[in-house]
Amino acid sequence: MLGKTAGGLYWMFRFLERSENTARLVEAGFRIALTRSSDPESEWKSVLTTAGVRMNYDQKHDGYSALDAIDFLLRDTDNPSSVMSSINNARSNARMVRTALTTEVWEAVNESWMAMKAALKMPVTQAKLPEVLGEIRRYTALVRGALHGTMLRNDIFDFSQLGIAIERADNTARIIDVKYYTLLPSASFVGSALDNVQWETILRSVSAYRSFRWLNNDDISPMSIADFLIFDSRFPRSLSFCSRIIDENLGYLAKDYGTRLPCHDMIEAQRDRLRASTIATVFDEGLHQFITSFIRENNAIGLQIEQDYSFVG
Amino acid sequence: MNTDRQHFDEMLLGEDGVRAPYAEYQEWFSHEDVSRLSKKSKEAEAFFRRTGITFNVYGQAAAQERLIPFDLIPRIIANREWTKLSKGIEQRVRGVNAFLHDIYHRQEILRAGVVPVDLIAKNAAFLPQMMGVTPPGNVYTHIVGTDIVRTGEDDFFVLEDNARTPSGVSYMLENRETMLQMFPELFSQIKVQPVSDYPKNLRRSLAACAPAGCNGKPTVAILTPGIHNSAYFEHSFLADQMGVELVEGHDLRVVDGHIAMRTTEGYKTIDVLYRRVDDDYLDPLNFRPDSMLGVPGIMDVYRAGNITIANAPGTGIADDKAIYSYMPDIIEFYTGEKAILKNVQTFRCSEPDALKYVLDNLADLVVKEVHGSGGYGMLVGPAASKKELAAFAAKLRKSPANYIAQPTLSLSTVPIFTKKGLAPRHVDLRPFALVSPDGMNITPGGLTRVALKAGSLVVNSSQGGGTKDTWVLED
Repeated sequence: MLGKTAGGLYWMFRFLERSENTARLVEAGFRIALTRSSDPESEWKSVLTTAGVRMNYDQKHDGYSALDAIDFLLRDTDNPSSVMSSINNARSNARMVRTALTTEVWEAVNESWMAMKAALKMPVTQAKLPEVLGEIRRYTALVRGALHGTMLRNDIFDFSQLGIAIERADNTARIIDVKYYTLLPSASFVGSALDNVQWETILRSVSAYRSFRWLNNDDISPMSIADFLIFDSRFPRSLSFCSRIIDENLGYLAKDYGTRLPCHDMIEAQRDRLRASTIATVFDEGLHQFITSFIRENNAIGLQIEQDYSFVG
Repeated sequence: MNTDRQHFDEMLLGEDGVRAPYAEYQEWFSHEDVSRLSKKSKEAEAFFRRTGITFNVYGQAAAQERLIPFDLIPRIIANREWTKLSKGIEQRVRGVNAFLHDIYHRQEILRAGVVPVDLIAKNAAFLPQMMGVTPPGNVYTHIVGTDIVRTGEDDFFVLEDNARTPSGVSYMLENRETMLQMFPELFSQIKVQPVSDYPKNLRRSLAACAPAGCNGKPTVAILTPGIHNSAYFEHSFLADQMGVELVEGHDLRVVDGHIAMRTTEGYKTIDVLYRRVDDDYLDPLNFRPDSMLGVPGIMDVYRAGNITIANAPGTGIADDKAIYSYMPDIIEFYTGEKAILKNVQTFRCSEPDALKYVLDNLADLVVKEVHGSGGYGMLVGPAASKKELAAFAAKLRKSPANYIAQPTLSLSTVPIFTKKGLAPRHVDLRPFALVSPDGMNITPGGLTRVALKAGSLVVNSSQGGGTKDTWVLED
């Protein structure tokens, strides 16, 4: 496969994943901003930080009103991570790698792009927001469904999966990073209304509010939430799950091409570290430190993949 | 324009009749419901949008991707007509290849005085770098899209030879696919020659032109300028259909005297490159140094015989509009036969007498830039205002050698489908010929372009033209 094609697939799926994650952050932010106990301005500020676009936002806006924040996150093409920018990028990459995609996947991406362009043409009013967010989720699910249902399980699929998993790991880690203080045992007043709202937001940001409660019954503690987000191998957005997907797909590539590369050593080292840790050791060493070094590693693995498989010349 | 003039309509005859090739279609059409067809027409458009069959328009900031309108009434060519046409195209393409070989070798035709030396030597499309180079298989134009117009029952004219990188073949294929999906019953009733073999034939034909040193199955790739190119859809479509890689300049480099593409497993040699990048941009070391689209050093690899470039660099000298007027002589010079397909009468404005005639009769002529394409920079005299005529006359006087002029042809019409029923519109035809050492393959039919505006003669997609499926009937 052309290195450029591998890169196009990887980034196409990273951007699709990003658009979905951004939409989910907006959804969680919108929800918590509506609850009376919270401070909406600081909520939107933390959403923008989690999305990694706060500097960009601050250059353009004063204050953190819901209207400005939502518009910046969904529509603004000056924001390279906005839903619209992400979908544009995903589709440009899809056009570039058109020959590697099944008709179903290509049409799903192209349809998503057409629908998003129409839905995000005008500013989204609060009344319309749930509908638009739902649409974003539906369309990214459509592409993912087409990917799983129609694509050959070869290197094309592997690079697509890598894009999804790297982006998703980054997203979950950043959600933990921005909210880590609410997960520290010292900061917890069990049962306090504020913490409940914060925890709920975190879980909603990763679409896991219900699954977490299903799995953990009434044990809603900072530690159990952190454990779930980092280590639960059943949860498809946990760091451990994403790391496993990266490991597996890099493994398929090594087998397929018959070559082991530096990225393989890096993911193996990360897997070993995760396996050797428990939530107790993480808290001992410091949650914040653990998460920031995970983000750094994940990023480095992504860059190494790009280099090892010649995405660019 | 000139709607009073009598145009030859390829379908309609008299009050209610149709010409012979359309008899069976008319039988089907007369039982169709207009509202059902309108619905089908809308479906086709949605289908094109969804599948991304679009082209990019230059010079329009926000527009970027547009659809080429598709008309659902097919253009039908009788078997007998096609036999003659394809013979004529084959002869012409043979002539073009012989001409190119000669021009880049001994230049007999210049010595014989058939074509003026200046026309070649001073022509920007002539590449001195190609002198003495024989392409693998001695094929210069692997793919040709000859533009043909019709003015009467038996009157076909070649309008342009398009020997560089003709586009439009993807529309020929998709139009048929769309028709098959919309009206499957039509194709069981009427025997139409298939076009779907084109990608397979193209791949075979290109592979047959691989360099002599290529061992095993040749690796073919398509070189595209990238996703912003107006014909990008076609490039990716053909790569997809042929099962070959679609590469850009930055994917390629010279490795051990060969052209190789950067893959996830290192560099891999390419034997045949179907390039959709113009000569000027092909090699920054040999042509435009600022080109980001090409491959530095590819011309050296080419001259060493280690890669096939399709079409060969320098083929533009054969489809230049100034050379065009000599084409009947060129064909006769190399084939010893009279040209089967006629040329349109052409005035070379570089000649003082011709220039005078053109200026005196500007309102009746079509004037084209010698190096122009896509319908840009051309004047359709009968449709132009007095002001436009005067402005164009000034341009002509300033650089006459830059223009040729032709009489306004009374192009044939084929009806398009409108809400109010059938309406005649002017059409042209671009059949596609594939050339390899094994012979020539011409896909029956080709791309029919149609001017959607009543009376308009401009069929270019960049200027409001549409397309039709083109049928060549089985016997």
